[in-house]
Amino acid sequence: MPVAAVKEYVGVARDTVANYHGNQILYMCWDGHLMLAAPFSLLVSPEMKFGDVLTGMVAPILQVHPDAAHINWAEARWEKDDEPWTPDPEKSIRDNGLHHKDFLRFSTPGLKGYRGLGI
Amino acid sequence: MDMKATQKKMSLKDRYRHLTRGLDWETTYQPMDVVFPYDKYEGIKVHDWDKWEDPFRLTMDAYWKYQAEKERKLYAILDSFNQSNGHLNVTDARYINAIKIFFTAVPQVEYMAHRGFSIAGRQFRGVGPRVACQMQAIDEIRHAQTQIHTASNYNKYYNGINAFVHQYPRMWYQSVGKSFIDDAITGGPFEWMVAIGFSFEYVLTNLVFVPFVSGAAYNGDVGTMTFGFSAQSDEARHMTLGLECIKFMLEQDPDNLPIVQGWIDKWTWRGTRFLSLIGAMMDYMLPKRVMSWREAWDIYFEQNGGALFRDLARYGIKVPDCVAQAAEAKEHVSHQLWAALYQWNFGTMFHTWIPSPEELDWLSAKYPDTFDKYYRPRWEMWAQMEKEGKRYVNAGGLGANCQVCQFPMIFTEPGDPTKLCHRQTVYKKEKYHFCSDHCQHIFENEPEKYIQSWLPVNQMLQGNMGGGGLEEFFKWVHLRPGIDNMGFEGSEDQRNFAQWRGMATTNS
Repeated sequence: MPVAAVKEYVGVARDTVANYHGNQILYMCWDGHLMLAAPFSLLVSPEMKFGDVLTGMVAPILQVHPDAAHINWAEARWEKDDEPWTPDPEKSIRDNGLHHKDFLRFSTPGLKGYRGLGI
Repeated sequence: MDMKATQKKMSLKDRYRHLTRGLDWETTYQPMDVVFPYDKYEGIKVHDWDKWEDPFRLTMDAYWKYQAEKERKLYAILDSFNQSNGHLNVTDARYINAIKIFFTAVPQVEYMAHRGFSIAGRQFRGVGPRVACQMQAIDEIRHAQTQIHTASNYNKYYNGINAFVHQYPRMWYQSVGKSFIDDAITGGPFEWMVAIGFSFEYVLTNLVFVPFVSGAAYNGDVGTMTFGFSAQSDEARHMTLGLECIKFMLEQDPDNLPIVQGWIDKWTWRGTRFLSLIGAMMDYMLPKRVMSWREAWDIYFEQNGGALFRDLARYGIKVPDCVAQAAEAKEHVSHQLWAALYQWNFGTMFHTWIPSPEELDWLSAKYPDTFDKYYRPRWEMWAQMEKEGKRYVNAGGLGANCQVCQFPMIFTEPGDPTKLCHRQTVYKKEKYHFCSDHCQHIFENEPEKYIQSWLPVNQMLQGNMGGGGLEEFFKWVHLRPGIDNMGFEGSEDQRNFAQWRGMATTNS
């Protein structure tokens, strides 16, 4: 249903990729680790290798968690658009088929959070 | 010589009738639809505006008289509170952080409510609702003013309130309240009445005022308590107006029902999400607690609100679907939000803290099914980290915002408190993300509106918050890191309060 309005109403999307100066947003959520209050937002270049995003951007965010030191990225399980998904760490964000504002969930088998409570 | 009165003085009822019926006329130079262009496009059909019944039947002279009396009482108490350093009588300086959240957000929302009712007070062609909206518009600006006057005394002594006007459109978490009221004011006049007049003022207002203002009373804050009660007596009239508007729409035409139901569904959820902030304040910020958020929700939403919806059932109104999710969420939201504010405390203008062992026990007792299982371990972990000098800060993990309620997505999946809830949709080839099914439905109903949302984290990543980094953000938002925020223990507020209270109660 369109917006109820007195005349034709067209909004301007505020977060299109054109507004990010050549970069794009990638959202990530570390399942089973609620110490991080929410999924986090990364500003990535489409040319960056996925593996570099993990080591250079994601790892520093997670390092405060006691499980972070034990993460084996090769074993991480990923979900994109609620479907299982497999990244290639050697390929770029673009070549992994990641678009602006894609949302990835990942879980790390064997790591069950603080005291095994999913925290 | 005085003229002899030929007639008896009119009764209040007659004066009200003249004000809301006799003074109105059908325009002839221009068609009524041109003079009142905004009260039909939402689809609400009205056949007889004279059927509008305002149970208060307030005339302007009566209104001024009542309000002036309230103002005199309020300002007498506020003056006395200020002159006697009443701020030193609150239970603990920690309490002042609760009212920092209130005073930096609510007056702005009240001011926008003033604007909204001024607009609605022009847009309705029926003079009854027009007059009622105009009075409420004056109430709302009065509330903004009395809150700011109450806050100004605290601002003389404590950090964090000084830049509230500057920060309202800039502070990341303020976008929750701002987007709520901006969403309402950009609807038409009937949606506005449902959003604010009904959902907020009727269904949810007690959850803001009663527990929070009682919280002020319990914690010795006479200033906040007094403006709260002064505002509360206006709220009674506002609630009546909201309910009258709902009944009026439903009685005018059966076609109005689905439109009204849609607005009730939307605004009950919008309000529920917004009020999570009050939940965190009640459960975590009041040194002397009134009741838990869950208890407040039980009494003021489920019991009182339940009775209201039973009353409206005869018009065909159903309890919104979101209520089931809210009933489950009442066990969780306050804990999830305080945990979020604690880890992102570097970016706020108030202090946070870890609940003391005694407070943790209180929370366990109030939330026997959830607190020990899901939330206590978090606080124990972070307390240990603080003890080791490694206070937990989630500096890199800027939370993804919900496109509708604009909260970071801190809420968990219904039925699974161990998994963060996330929904997404694609509109015009662009992806959008939500904290819940209900926020997603609100988006999908009016996507052209919500694609324009000003999401704080995305704005930061676009470089629109003074640059792109945290340091630039602090400057841009007028925040003094470590002074206005982070741990209450060791803060300037804590030191000053202890020193001043010491000076007031001892000779050294």
